[in-house]
Amino acid sequence: MAEYTVITPLPGTFYRKATPESPNFVEVGALVGADTVIGLIEVMKQFSELTAGTAGRVTAFMVEDGDPVEPGQIVATLDEE
Amino acid sequence: MTQRISKLLIANRGEIAVRIIRAAKELGIPTVAACSEADVDSLAARMADEVHILGPARADKSYLNVEALLGALKASGANAVHPGYGFLSENAAFAEAVQAAGAIFVGPSPETIRRMGDKAEARRTAQAAGVPVVPGSPGELFDLESALRAAEAVGFPLLIKASAGGGGRGIRLAESAAQLAEEFPRSQREAQAAFGNGAVYLERFIGKARHIEVQVLGDGKHAVHLFERECSLQRRRQKIFEEAPSPVLSSQQRESLCASAVRLTEALGYKGAGTLEYLYDDSTGEFFFIEMNTRIQVEHPVSELITGIDLVQAMLRIAGGEPLGLQQSDIRMNGAALQMRLNAEDPARDFFPSPGLVEQLVWPEGEGVRVDTHLYQGYRVPPYYDSLLAKLIVHGSDRAEALARARIALQNTTLTGMASTLSLHRQLLDQPWLHSADFHTGTLETWLAERPMGGE
Repeated sequence: MAEYTVITPLPGTFYRKATPESPNFVEVGALVGADTVIGLIEVMKQFSELTAGTAGRVTAFMVEDGDPVEPGQIVATLDEE
Repeated sequence: MTQRISKLLIANRGEIAVRIIRAAKELGIPTVAACSEADVDSLAARMADEVHILGPARADKSYLNVEALLGALKASGANAVHPGYGFLSENAAFAEAVQAAGAIFVGPSPETIRRMGDKAEARRTAQAAGVPVVPGSPGELFDLESALRAAEAVGFPLLIKASAGGGGRGIRLAESAAQLAEEFPRSQREAQAAFGNGAVYLERFIGKARHIEVQVLGDGKHAVHLFERECSLQRRRQKIFEEAPSPVLSSQQRESLCASAVRLTEALGYKGAGTLEYLYDDSTGEFFFIEMNTRIQVEHPVSELITGIDLVQAMLRIAGGEPLGLQQSDIRMNGAALQMRLNAEDPARDFFPSPGLVEQLVWPEGEGVRVDTHLYQGYRVPPYYDSLLAKLIVHGSDRAEALARARIALQNTTLTGMASTLSLHRQLLDQPWLHSADFHTGTLETWLAERPMGGE
């Protein structure tokens, strides 16, 4: 098993859910595909989806819901399976 | 009970915070920039006499955080709050909270904000003041005979709308009485089948509308207008290019439009600067009120340039208890003004946001050129807020001169470090339809979709 990091290419605000009332896109421990949306990055009022980028199991989120992020920052880690 | 403004807190950021600080300084009023942690290096924070940090970057923790703003108000000893535009500027509860804290809210009363924020109530208020709204049948219609009678007053083309419909469903178009006779029973049956309620009503269909708005100022008793602006060039309902006056109104139409705005403003006992937005139907020459914005607007500078009146100063004076001191006859229209919004968006990539570090920055100079901005060389534009970087505003003795100056001003602007809509405006200024003012609210999006660079 190799560790894989999900990196945001964009600066902005990271969200783990689509709306404040929604459940999280994914939880730690979940199995995801490369195209699975794990969060949103809000840049200047426009939202972009952040996908896992590889298939695997989510091991941790390095950024809290609503926190600012910089380009290149690690948002989450996965174990590739 | 009126009090003078002794110290002003600015509950906003970006170019409008800079604009408000400038107006306050000109009136000798000390300023407090209330800003987020992400904005401590902002131009507004550098210009203000004091800076109070509201909280983290996120707007809900800073610029929308009423508790934090009231805390900054108390800690700074400011006795007035200017809300700018966006954020809490049309939030009646915030205006009330500021007043409850014993301070002045620079804007109309909370009651007025609430009243004009409710669209149905705003429509009723406008009608009561004799201001035209989009014509429709007075109520629901149940038979063809009454529909045809109502249609005479509404005018063709018109829409037959299901009372119980919504979101664009249950609507049919009729361009003539004959078509109405065909479509009306169908609409009733459809409405009955789709919504379990066959009630329908008629509303005028305005196919190619222009967005025209009137700037007003009131002191609670007396109101004046500062003529109109035309803001028909929009993308996703966001204005991109604005001008004053509208290039298509005759002087009689202008007088009638602006007089209607003053009637409504006086009926409200309005205090401060406000804007009444209208749809203008080119084909009939009719205008219809849609809503009122109870705050300063992004495009206010074009009205300032054609009238010579500083709207933000006027807002502060009125809030400080001064009477308007202006008669309508004091306000003259001089020439034409245009505003181009420079946003941190990439026109070649479907307007994707492009925050970044301002590297090279050169603004145009010369007669009739004004730049409202919060940029400086070396400033990092944060990604957390809206994308407005600057407003390039030009004034000329007529529209042709203003357009010529706009072209030169765009050529003489340099902004590197991020993508911006500068290139879009350069292309726009080359379009013959812009020069002939042959456009409506759908024109810009059609052009964007068809031009070689666009569509992506």
